[in-house]
Amino acid sequence: MKFSIYRYNPEKDEKPYMQDYDVELQPTDRMLLDAILRIKALDDSLGLRKSCREGVCGSDGMNINGKNGLACITPLKDLKEPVVLRPLPGLPVIRDLIVDMSQFFKQYHSVKPYLVNDNPPPQKERLQSPEEREELNGLYECILCACCSTSCPSFWWNPDKFVGPAALLQAYRFIADTRDDATSERLDNLEDPYRLFRCHSIMNCADACPKGLNPTEAIGKIKEQMVRRMV
Amino acid sequence: MTLSRQIFDTVIVGGGGSGLRAALQLAEAGHNVAVFSKVFPTRSHTVAAQGGIGASLGNMQEDHWLWHMYDTIKGSDYLGDQDAIEFMCRKAAEVVYELEHFGMPFDRNPDGTIYQRPFGGHTQNFGERAVQRACAAADRTGHAMLHTLYQRNVRARCQFFVEWMALDLIRDYEGAVVGIVALEMETGEVMVFQSKATILATGGAGRIYQSSTNAFINTGDGLGMAARAGIPLEDMEFWQFHPTGVAGAGVLITEGVRGEGGILLNANGERFMERYAPNMKDLASRDVVSRAMDQEIKEGRGVGPERDHVLLKLDHLGAEIINKRLPGIREIALKFAHVDPIREPIPVVPTCHYQMGGIPTNYYGQVVVPRGANPSEPVPGLYAIGECACVSVHGANRLGTNSLLDLLVFGKSAGDHVSEWLKTHPRHRDLPRNAAERSLERLARLDSTAPGERVTDVSADMRRTVQQHAGVFRTGTLLAEGVEKIREVGQRARSTTIDDKSRVFNTARIEALELENLAIVAEATLVSAQAREESRGAHAREDFKERDDKNWLKHSLWYLDGSRLDYKPVNLQPLTVESFEPKIRVY
Ligand SMILES: Cc1cc2nc3c(=O)[nH]c(=O)nc-3n(C[C@H](O)[C@H](O)[C@H](O)COP(=O)(O)OP(=O)(O)OC[C@H]3O[C@@H](n4cnc5c(N)ncnc54)[C@H](O)[C@@H]3O)c2cc1C
Ligand code: SF4
Ligand code: SF4
Ligand code: FES
Repeated sequence: MKFSIYRYNPEKDEKPYMQDYDVELQPTDRMLLDAILRIKALDDSLGLRKSCREGVCGSDGMNINGKNGLACITPLKDLKEPVVLRPLPGLPVIRDLIVDMSQFFKQYHSVKPYLVNDNPPPQKERLQSPEEREELNGLYECILCACCSTSCPSFWWNPDKFVGPAALLQAYRFIADTRDDATSERLDNLEDPYRLFRCHSIMNCADACPKGLNPTEAIGKIKEQMVRRMV
Repeated sequence: MTLSRQIFDTVIVGGGGSGLRAALQLAEAGHNVAVFSKVFPTRSHTVAAQGGIGASLGNMQEDHWLWHMYDTIKGSDYLGDQDAIEFMCRKAAEVVYELEHFGMPFDRNPDGTIYQRPFGGHTQNFGERAVQRACAAADRTGHAMLHTLYQRNVRARCQFFVEWMALDLIRDYEGAVVGIVALEMETGEVMVFQSKATILATGGAGRIYQSSTNAFINTGDGLGMAARAGIPLEDMEFWQFHPTGVAGAGVLITEGVRGEGGILLNANGERFMERYAPNMKDLASRDVVSRAMDQEIKEGRGVGPERDHVLLKLDHLGAEIINKRLPGIREIALKFAHVDPIREPIPVVPTCHYQMGGIPTNYYGQVVVPRGANPSEPVPGLYAIGECACVSVHGANRLGTNSLLDLLVFGKSAGDHVSEWLKTHPRHRDLPRNAAERSLERLARLDSTAPGERVTDVSADMRRTVQQHAGVFRTGTLLAEGVEKIREVGQRARSTTIDDKSRVFNTARIEALELENLAIVAEATLVSAQAREESRGAHAREDFKERDDKNWLKHSLWYLDGSRLDYKPVNLQPLTVESFEPKIRVY
């Protein structure tokens, strides 16, 4: 199978280039990650992150034939050749397919991604109805792979000022949690021309999410809550 | 060569569930702690845990920690230490409620309490009938737990060293552990981290097997670090084979599927577990189910063109339950088995899943080694928690849901113990001269241009060897051959070569270093397994089919130096209740 892969090693290369590979696959190789590892067995200098190989850890986000996704759950049979692999767009490249995710995590941390509830906890669990819990579905499952934020034009232009879809999804995850008491501070934190309002609902993020989550919808709900508290 | 150095009260190696739980305990107590991880913490393999966390909350039916304790001891085939097991089962409710308070998105019952599902080996009233004890967040419990713990650490402003690989422990002349040597992947820089206390929380080493539910990063680094520093590894012959790995892919299908009512079928469409475990059937403990499956396959009742797997049927649960309680499983089945479990069964085989053995500790998380007449003397300054540790609460076979519990309970208790330790040990001990020598030698070898074998070739041989020689069923001959082969693999692992000599994010170098650790774990496994001439829990010998309490009710200790074995007694004495005497195990 034929591949064209983005290569860049800052110690050796003046600038990035695309390297072609033609690799023989085994019948057991089903996912893109399997094929990349065949290539890496021949050329150990190819850099990428990987861990769980089942789409739950969020390590191997990359740009695959122009679309962001996780190599480990992208079936080879669906891919057009040569398969063009590039690092996630918009973040600084450390090496090959490995990007510097600092800005992405900084935005995640900026939304206070933890439960805030200053009441002393009860002896047992805090109660929550199944319906209230259901509100968290589609939010808590995020694996922080950055496929969404790095497909968002607003994030490309303002990664330091626009929170980005992944972190906004998590901001809403806590707003939606009946156990969280900090909704108004959370909304204050986002009430800013950039932090939230740079989102123009282009939906790239929802298209890119390999876990089928929908940040645009969550962003819409945050905007709704802001409007609601104004009236 | 002098390396730069940083100083912390506590260094934690590992940002999975156990490392993060310990970090939280220390950071919230105001200590200066640094957590090292090869990957961003939420990418640790705890994220993959699916089914649940065991705790006798009694939200579904009556339950009691003593029943949980009994189930755990029986599950362990009596090799578990009963003091540690009592400690864990008594603390279970407390640590689960805390996790809920931290924000864990548990599933809920109509009355608002945490939803609990049935799991293998968990029973009411000392084995009478199955009980719902596994606290679950859909089938993404580990993901929910790991993210919750990370989030809580963000709140506590814990300091992380992300994408740093710890290479070796530093021990001083009196044997105390005084820090670690670590490598920053992004720059290739090596640094010394001096600490008063060091906690290993590096997870399992399931990657020694060819077919495994474990992530690529589960390479037993903490075990390698400990073994190179002269610390023995305990009970390494006991590896859990999970009954339901997706055939051909290795990806796990949680036991929660059988908890929710899924059943195993052979080629004749027979629910064969009824023959092997008339009472608990498909929810017997994992070693029992895996052996039954292997037996069915061996006797020609396997499914598929090669008759090499069995089927996990769950379509009878209905689309609603599957979508609500097992959405992740459906996703995995569609992607990795190309079947929709709402309509078709999933092809499954026993797959290496969990390491019961590890670095010997007590229930405070202190690493303990034999010294003089004391089989369990603490190593000053060193702790181990989570899958890399052997407390031993899982003995010869772990019950499902008891690992996530173990991470929380012992992560917390190690954190508390370190807090106490820091009070009585306010000063850093001096670093020995040449503290980083061993690590630098390992790196220098990989920098040299001496010829050697490729890392991928040696690691493939290692995995094949362990798979063939230390599988579900073992024999003396098979193990003896395996020991020979694995020693050779070990030699080869120490003389690999890599083409990539660069500094910046050199993943080839990381993989070569990981292979050295894996090879140590693999040798410990085969040597310990060859010596143990009995069948107990996950260690099933065809040539010694019975459990032999007279000679083998004891823990193995393997030392890297000379590949030597030693043993220590099992602690049959709980903390407050009466001892559970070894009995024949039936489910
Ligand atoms: C698919 C699957 C499903 C499971 N389901 C369940 C379940 O439902 N219930 C249950 O109780 N148990 C379950 N288990 C078992 C349980 O998930 C694991 O035993 C547990 O999560 C291990 O946690 P840990 O903290 O010990 O290590 P891990 O979560 O594996 O974390 C190890 C950490 O150590 C770091 N590390 C390793 N080496 C180094 C190094 N050299 N330098 C720096 N950092 C290092 C890694 O980066 C990582 O952060 C499951 C296991 C698997 C594989
Ligand atoms: S919907 Fe908003 S967040 Fe999503 S890609 Fe478009 S601009 Fe970005
Ligand atoms: S929302 Fe989806 S794409 Fe974005 S980080 Fe989370 S899992 Fe990845
Ligand atoms: S390797 Fe974990 S998401 Fe792909």
